[in-house]
This record gives sequence, structure tokens and C-alpha cells, in this order.
Amino acid sequence: MYNYYLTIVLAPLAAAIIAGLAGKQIGRAGSHWITILGVGTSCALSMLVLMNMFWGGAVAENISVYTWAVTDGLRMEVGFLVDRLTALMMCVVTFVSLMVHIYTIGYMREDPGYQRFFSYISLFTFAMLMLVMSNNFLQLFFGWEAVGLVSYLLIGFWYKKETAIFANLKAFLVNRVGDFGFILGIAAVVMFTGSLDYAEVFSQADSVATQNIEVFSGTPWNAMTLICILLFIGAMGKSAQAPLHVWLPDSMEGPTPISALIHAATMVTAGIFMVARMSPLFELSTTALAVVIVVGSFTAFFMGLLGIVQNDIKRVVAYSTLSQLGYMTVALGASAYSAAIFHLMTHAFFKALLFLAAGSVIIAMHHEQDIRKMGGIRKYMPITYWTSLIGSLALIGFPGSSGFFSKDLLIEAVKESHWHGQGLVYWIAYLSVLLGVFVTALYSFRMFFLVFHGKERMDAETKSHLHETPAVVTVPLILLAIPSAVIGWYTVGPVLFGDYFGDAIFVKDTQDVIAHMTSGWHGSLALLLHAVMTPVFWLAAAGVFAAWFLYLYRSDIPAKIKDRMSGVYNLLDRKYYFDDLWINGFAAGGRALGQLLWKKGDELIIDGLLVNGTARTVGRIAAAVRQLQTGYLYTYAFAMIIGLTVLLGWLIWLR
Amino acid sequence: MEFSAHLLSILIWLPILGGAALVAIGDGNDAGSSRARLMRMAALGISVLTFLLSIGLYAGFDNTATGMQFNEQIPWVASLNVFYALGVDGISAPLILLTTFITPLVVIASWDTIKSRPAQYFAAFLILEGLMIGVFSALDALLFYVFWEAMLIPMFLIIGVWGGARRVYATLKFFLYTFLGSVLMLVAFIYLYGQTGGFDLFGFMAAPLSLTAQKLIFVAFLIAFAVKVPMWPVHTWLPDAHVEAPTGGSVILAAIMLKMGGYGFIRLSLPIVPDGSEYFAGMMIALSLIAVVYIGFVALMQKDMKKLIAYSSIAHMGFVTLGFFILWSFDGGTGAGLGITGGMVQMISHGLISGAMFLCVGVLYDRVHSREIADYGGVANTMPVFAAFMVLFAMANAGLPGTSGFVGEFMVIIASFKANFWFAFLAATTLILGAAYTLWMIKRVIYGEVANDNVAALKDLNGREFLVLAILAVSVLIVGLWPAPLVDMMNVTIEKLIEQVGQTKL
Repeated sequence: MYNYYLTIVLAPLAAAIIAGLAGKQIGRAGSHWITILGVGTSCALSMLVLMNMFWGGAVAENISVYTWAVTDGLRMEVGFLVDRLTALMMCVVTFVSLMVHIYTIGYMREDPGYQRFFSYISLFTFAMLMLVMSNNFLQLFFGWEAVGLVSYLLIGFWYKKETAIFANLKAFLVNRVGDFGFILGIAAVVMFTGSLDYAEVFSQADSVATQNIEVFSGTPWNAMTLICILLFIGAMGKSAQAPLHVWLPDSMEGPTPISALIHAATMVTAGIFMVARMSPLFELSTTALAVVIVVGSFTAFFMGLLGIVQNDIKRVVAYSTLSQLGYMTVALGASAYSAAIFHLMTHAFFKALLFLAAGSVIIAMHHEQDIRKMGGIRKYMPITYWTSLIGSLALIGFPGSSGFFSKDLLIEAVKESHWHGQGLVYWIAYLSVLLGVFVTALYSFRMFFLVFHGKERMDAETKSHLHETPAVVTVPLILLAIPSAVIGWYTVGPVLFGDYFGDAIFVKDTQDVIAHMTSGWHGSLALLLHAVMTPVFWLAAAGVFAAWFLYLYRSDIPAKIKDRMSGVYNLLDRKYYFDDLWINGFAAGGRALGQLLWKKGDELIIDGLLVNGTARTVGRIAAAVRQLQTGYLYTYAFAMIIGLTVLLGWLIWLR
Repeated sequence: MEFSAHLLSILIWLPILGGAALVAIGDGNDAGSSRARLMRMAALGISVLTFLLSIGLYAGFDNTATGMQFNEQIPWVASLNVFYALGVDGISAPLILLTTFITPLVVIASWDTIKSRPAQYFAAFLILEGLMIGVFSALDALLFYVFWEAMLIPMFLIIGVWGGARRVYATLKFFLYTFLGSVLMLVAFIYLYGQTGGFDLFGFMAAPLSLTAQKLIFVAFLIAFAVKVPMWPVHTWLPDAHVEAPTGGSVILAAIMLKMGGYGFIRLSLPIVPDGSEYFAGMMIALSLIAVVYIGFVALMQKDMKKLIAYSSIAHMGFVTLGFFILWSFDGGTGAGLGITGGMVQMISHGLISGAMFLCVGVLYDRVHSREIADYGGVANTMPVFAAFMVLFAMANAGLPGTSGFVGEFMVIIASFKANFWFAFLAATTLILGAAYTLWMIKRVIYGEVANDNVAALKDLNGREFLVLAILAVSVLIVGLWPAPLVDMMNVTIEKLIEQVGQTKL
């Protein structure tokens, strides 16, 4: 299988290099064919790997590719760990990537940077595969930062746009704040285990959990708690958990295909994947899991609320992504790793679908993104309409859709996770994910109704051109709509309750909430029939009803609410002032500090007083003895040598 | 005469004599003349030949040997026991290779940008190259000192003759700082001569020294090396020198001359005065961390691209000294070696990246005659190929994994975490600060709408510029993706060094 794995990783890289360096020579069509070929190969082989795991009984493989460096007893390698978790991620990544490649042919048709774009998205696929297939922390960090690089390049793809190049810098720097924690976490892993290799580190996990470290002297912290929290800070950056979420909405400045691929389906789930991969570590620190669950809860609920006040079609979906990433994080914190990964998978399909559908609308609307200027598009764009409906229903967890199975069971798992005790943490988590269902349904269908139903609010010019997008756009929509609709039904049994993950995910018996739920599992149909009995269903229904009532039936009400509750509205509109905290707080503060250190520290004190002061003094002395001397610099320097020699010689010999 | 037995001498004297010949022949101060063209070709030929010969150093280098290799020793001043003694190990060989690798690139990069006295200009670089190789391979303290001081002269001339408007202030500052520092080093050498009866560095290392003597010697060395690195607070000469230096001068200054300081610490301070070094280790770590954090913030606010890169150099060199001086913070296990290896790799990597960054600024300066960030904007529109290179080097400067900039920083952060959580905490701020100052500059210079007529008129890289940047880009990626060959060269030497430093001389 080694050659398969290498091909899976290198095919997109090779395609990216060719399209990037020889884009002009091979032309536009050449670029999209070569990259689609590369990613298509990866996708086909990844599915083969997954099928081998699923039906062929293939076991996990841990292979070293090459030794990056060895020094001081620390081996730093590049290698693959392909187990059931990895195989699933590989398929999700390559499949969504392939769809996005095809879609891009239509979306970027008129863009002068066509080849560059294909090169970047193929490079992204390579980096993401390196991340998920890694068997060690070094390569994980490589993939982690490499996807960040491509994300930076793609958000700023339209580099003339001031908002885009602001957003990409912001994204990179906020991610670096997360990586700051992440690299310290890796350093902590090395400190306590002496290794970067997953298998080696996991085998020592129990002993690490018994050790302490005094970060502040006098207060010992559990080593595992410190490691996990530091690693999780990395996940917070990449998976956009509050307060490191601020970059994701702005990342919508990039072209829509990458919003689907990178900022919805794959890269932003890297943090979720990483925590699941590190389950043998996180399981040993309930403190870290509590941090995870609280951060996730906050993000799941409060970021969802922001989706309600957004008017840019992509930003609504972006806030929805934040909220859904929060759901996954909550599941991680509840030790329901498999539920988190399952939701990650279904979310990848339906969220990529929603973004690409939004992109389809944007193309048809001639790059208008404001949903207040849309409406009634349903009859012009039937394929986009129906696929969007499937995506939206999956997002709100409509019974039977893929999102239903993943979200319903995720919430169930949080509800059953009593090991945190019945304390505050439990209720924060449970209420957030439960009430979040209503919020999700409200913002999803607010957007859906405003875009596809109701009055046609666009201008006549736009309306006259409004028609369904070409097949390169709609075919990926359909291909993503299929798994969004049905994949949950088929896979929920084996993935969640059939021990699909096996050894790939480790859960302590006392915390194994999924195992606890297995006794109540009687198949997809039973769950479906049971659906109407749950609060989740009724909350979602209420959300859709509220959206219909407020935005179609009595569309005058939202404006009144806005007037009445301007305080709340402002809080939401300003996104809880997080942006102000980062931009006016940290960034401006950093610049002010830099200015202070430069002007006062370097120029005034060091240069002004010490250096030039000394020089002036030397100059004055020199002037005094000028009559005796030649006046050349060398002479003074020579005099200084003699003086200093005598001085230091005296110090050393006389002591 | 066996080739490898005199390889180091050849590497030192070929460029020095070649440079002297260039000066002797001259170009009649006419950059367009055929004689000047010939001199340029000669300079290129000599530097490329030196590089090709230095490959013999790599090929013949034994990674497993614990002692010095390519040794040469002949009496020089017999009455004083001074030897012309040369040799390399895993610490100096990579630095020599860096020197021979960068010099031809500088020659190519300066090809037709120097209008006055090109023969002398190229000669200065060749002579400088030989002297720098001399510093890295000298095993006799007096020889080391001679090379060390002589090295100042060509650099002094490069900045003073071919520099910018405030070159007199900059050269004076450069000269006073570095000269003052090295004088104290000479005093220390003379003291050690008194103790050992010779200038042999190994004799110095073996000599028993009291703690007081070690402390004083350490301070004398410190002043010499700290200025070169440069460490906070004796760093302010560097931004001024860079700003005034011509592009080639900046490249050599950043890529190689700064490494003299790091090399001095690891070659002289640590093994000669281990107890003195240990005594001051805490202070050294503090100064290193100040360099990373304080200078990181200062770099953020720079308006001049060269100053920004100069400050970024100081911050990056902080990792070198940090990696070296956390040596005593471990009781066995992984750590000390990782820190020193990290520091060494950081030196090599910084040589490639800062050299490339200064060349990039040079490319812009040659066209627009401004280094001010505010004079640019939207360069990617008119120079897409250049923009791709500059973004790559910027990412390397920000320590992106896969580039050489990551390797050393990663090792040092890992090692320093084990030493003390807060060392790593402060060092790792470079992830944020390094990205902030580098990419903010990129945003303002490379991205955006075409800012003005100058930018609109820019022509993309010519073949010569492309060649130089491409070679550097490939090397930055190779070291980043596969640092093993470099690290393997150093491992045995560093293990031996740690063992040596671990034995007290008291």
C-alpha cells in the first residue's frame, strides 16, 4: 500500500507544481485537466484504501517515508499513519476537493489567475493530506502550517482587493496565535516523552498523565492537562473557535470555491481531526476536556446567533460553519470523538454544498452577495434551489438527512455525557447544542427564504440575465447533494455503533458515552421514527417556522425588532466586539509598543545616550588632544586600543 | 602536493589573491569598458571556482570524525609559538560552505548595478570571502584574530565607498562598535597566551582557569561576539549599516558576517571558558529572549524595508544565542544538543533567507531607488514572478515549515521548553511577531492596487536576478524539507562540544 499512499499525496503536489510553474505553457484547460487528474487519482485511491479498511479487513499501517533529521536522540521523520480515521478523512478531503476542482472551471472561468488558482487548490489538497496522514507531530505541524499558507494565498487570491489582503493577513496572524500554542504543545510532548512519533507518544501517555510541571513556581500542573490545552489552542486557531474565530468570516473575501473547500469542509476541521487523533492524550485529562467543551459550547451557540444578522450570503454560511465547528468541539469535549468525526464528515458534504450553491447564486447574480437584493430565485435556478434545500435541511438536521443522524446523535451524546458531573459544564454544553438547533434552523431558513422565495428584489438588469448556472457548476452540486441527503442513513450504524474506528480513537471506559448509547441503538429506521419525539426535532421545526413567519409572512417584523432591541442588535452586528478586541486591542497595542521600543528604546536610550553619547565624549576628548594628534579616526582607535588593553590587562592580572 | 591537505588554504587564498589581482589590474573607473567586463567575469570565475572547490570540503568531510579535519599546520612566528593552523569540524564546515555559496550569488546580483569602480568592488567581496573562510578555519588564536580584524576592512570599504547617503555615520558606527569589541578579545587572547605559552585554540580549551579569569575572558569575548551577532543592546549599528550598504554588502553582512558572532560563542566562549559561560548563561538567555520579543516589536514599525529585515535578523539571531546558552538547563536527555544544533541550523538558514530578502529589496531598489515601504504597493501586478519569490522568502522568514527558517526555530523552541516553559513561551512569540512584521510588509509592498507610476513602470526580474533568487529559493526549500545532511554534518562535533563544556575547568 506504500506506493498508493505516496501517490495519493504526491499526485496533487505534482499537479500543483506543473500548473503553478508551467501554467502559461499548458494553458487554462491544461491546468484544470492536470490538477483534476491529480486530485482524481488521489480520490480514487483514497476510496480504495477506505474500502480495503471497511470490507477488506485491512489493518492500520504506520510507515516511515524518510528521516527528516536526527539529532540529540530525537528522531524527526516524515511518515504515514493510515488507519480508519485517516482513511475517512482522506476520502472526505479528496472527494470535496475533486468537486471543487470541477466547480472551479465554471466559477473562475473569466479570471486571469485561472492557472494559479488551480495550482493553489491542488497544493492545498497535498498539504491537507500530509496533515491527516501524518504519523508524527512534526509532519502534522508541517501540514498544519502549509494549509494555513495556502489559505493565506487563496483568501488573498484577488490581491488587488484591499479587503482581501486585509483578511488574509488577519487569517494568517490569528492562526499563528493558535500555532503559538500548538508548537508549545508539541514541545511539551517532546519534553515528557522524548519523541514526536504518535505511537511512541501514545504508549507513554499513562506515565505522562502522572507527572507535573510547574509553569508558575509553586503551582504544579498536570503535564497532560498542559499538553492538551496547548495543543487545543492550535485547534482553536485552525478550527476557528472563539476567541480565535475572527479570521473565518473575513476569509469569505476569497473566491467561493475555496470557501467551500478550505473554510468549510476540510482545513477548518483540521483542529477537530487533530483532537480526535490525540484522543489517547485528551482522554487522560478531564480538565482539558472541560476546556474543550466550554469553548465549543460558546462557539456553537453564540456564533450561530451572529448568522441571523448577516446579510452577505457567504457570511451567513461562514457563521454557520463556526457554529457547526463548535458542535464538533463540544462532542470532542464529551469524549464522543466518533460523533465529532461523523458530524465532520456529513458537515463537509452539506456545507461544501451550501457554499457552492451560494457561489452558483453569486455567479447568476453577477457577483452580488447581499441577500436583501435577492429573492424568488427559485424559479430561475431549479437545480441550485433543490440542492440548496437539501443542504439546508441537512444542516438543520431534518429527519433522514445526513445532518440528522450526525447532529441528533451528537446532541444525544452530549446529553448522556454525565462524567463531567451534573455541574455547570454539563449544562452549558447541553443547553448550547440544544438551543443551537433552533438558531441554526432560523438563520439557515432565513437565508433560504430570502434568496429563493418571496419578492424578487434584484434590479431589472440582473433579473434579465438570471438563469441556471452551467453543468460544471451544477454537477458538483448534485454530486454533493447525494451524500448530504443519504450518507448518514447508511453509515451511522457502522461508524458510530459498529466500532468502525477501532483502535484509531481511544476512549476511556468510564467516559465512553457512545458505548453507553449503543444499547439504545436499533438502527437508522428506529432513530428516524423516534425523531419526532425529541426536542431537537421540535426546536428545528420552530426555527424554520420562525424564519418563515419573520422573513416571508410578516417581513415587517424584523425591522421592528431591530429598532426595539438596538442594544442586542448592535452587539450582534459588531460580532460581540471580538474584532475590535483584536484589531484595536492587540494589533494596535502591538504597533504602539513597537513604536515605543523603537523610538524610546533604540533611538533615544541606546543610540542617543549610550552610543552617540559615547561618541561625542570620545569626540570631545579627541578635540582636546587634537593638537597632539593627526586627527584620523585610526589614530583615535589606536589610542583606544592601548587604553583598553591596559585597562583589561590590569583587571585580569591584578584581579 | 595533495589537494585535500591544502584545501582550506586554497579556499582562503584563491579569492584573496584573485581579489588582489583585480585591484592591481583595475578597470580604469569605467564600468562600461571591456576591461571592467573582463574583471567582472574574473570575479565570477574566481568565486564560482572557490565554490566548486569547496564541494570537495563537503565530499571529503567525515561526519563521524570527532576531531578537526583538513588540518594544516606550519609555524608562523616560531618565537611566539604562533602557527598558521587550519582545520574544520561540523561547526565550521557548514559555515564555510555557506560563505562559498553566497559569494558567487552576490557577484551575480551586483553584476551591472555597480557603476563606479566595479573591479575594486568585486575585489573587496573576494578578499572578504577569503578572510571569512579564514576566520571559520583558523585554529590558532592569533591567526583567528588577524582574519577577524582584516575582515572589517573590506566591509568598511564596501559600505564607505559604495554606500548610501549617510554612509559616513554608518561606517563610523560599524567600525567603532566592531573594533572596540574585538580589541577586548585580543586582550583575552594575550592573557591566555600567558597561561598556555601559545595561541593554539586547543591549548586554550585545555588550560585550567579560575572562575574569575573565566568570567573576565567571557566578558571580553562577549563584547566582541555580541556586537557581531548582534545582540540587544549592542545591535543599533546593524540597521544603520544595512541601510547604507549596497545590496551586495547587506547580503554578505547579514548572511555571513553576523554568523561570526555565533561562531565565536560556540568555537571560543563555550569550550575555552565553560564555567564562565555557565555563570553568564542566564544573562545570555535573557538577552536572547529580549532580542526575539523586543526587536520583533521594533521590526513591526519599520518604514524602511532594509531596516525591517535588519531588525528581523537581530530577532532571528536571538534564536542562535538562545539555542547555545540553554546548554546548562538540562540534566541529561534530549535538549542541549537540540538547542545547539538548532542554533547552528538557524545560522545557516538565516544566511540563505536574509540574503534572499536583501536581494529582493535590492531588486526593487535598483528600479525605483527607494527602500521605503510607502513608496510601493501592488508590485505583484507588474512583477508577478518577483512577487512569488518575495512571498516565498517572506514565508521562510516567518518560519514556515518546509522552509529552512522553520528547522532551527523548531529545534530551539523544543529544547527551550524543556529548559524552562517561559523561555519557550517568549521564543515562540516569533511565530506571531515574525509573521506580523514580514507579512505586513508583504501586504503593503507586494499586494494591493498599483500604488504609483514607479510601480506601474516596473519590469519583472531579468534572467540574472531570476537565477540568483531561484538558486536561493531551491536551497531554502531543500534545507527545509530535508535538513538531515546538514544536521548529520554537525551531530558528532556538537556531541563532543557538549561533553567538553560539561567538564569544569576549575
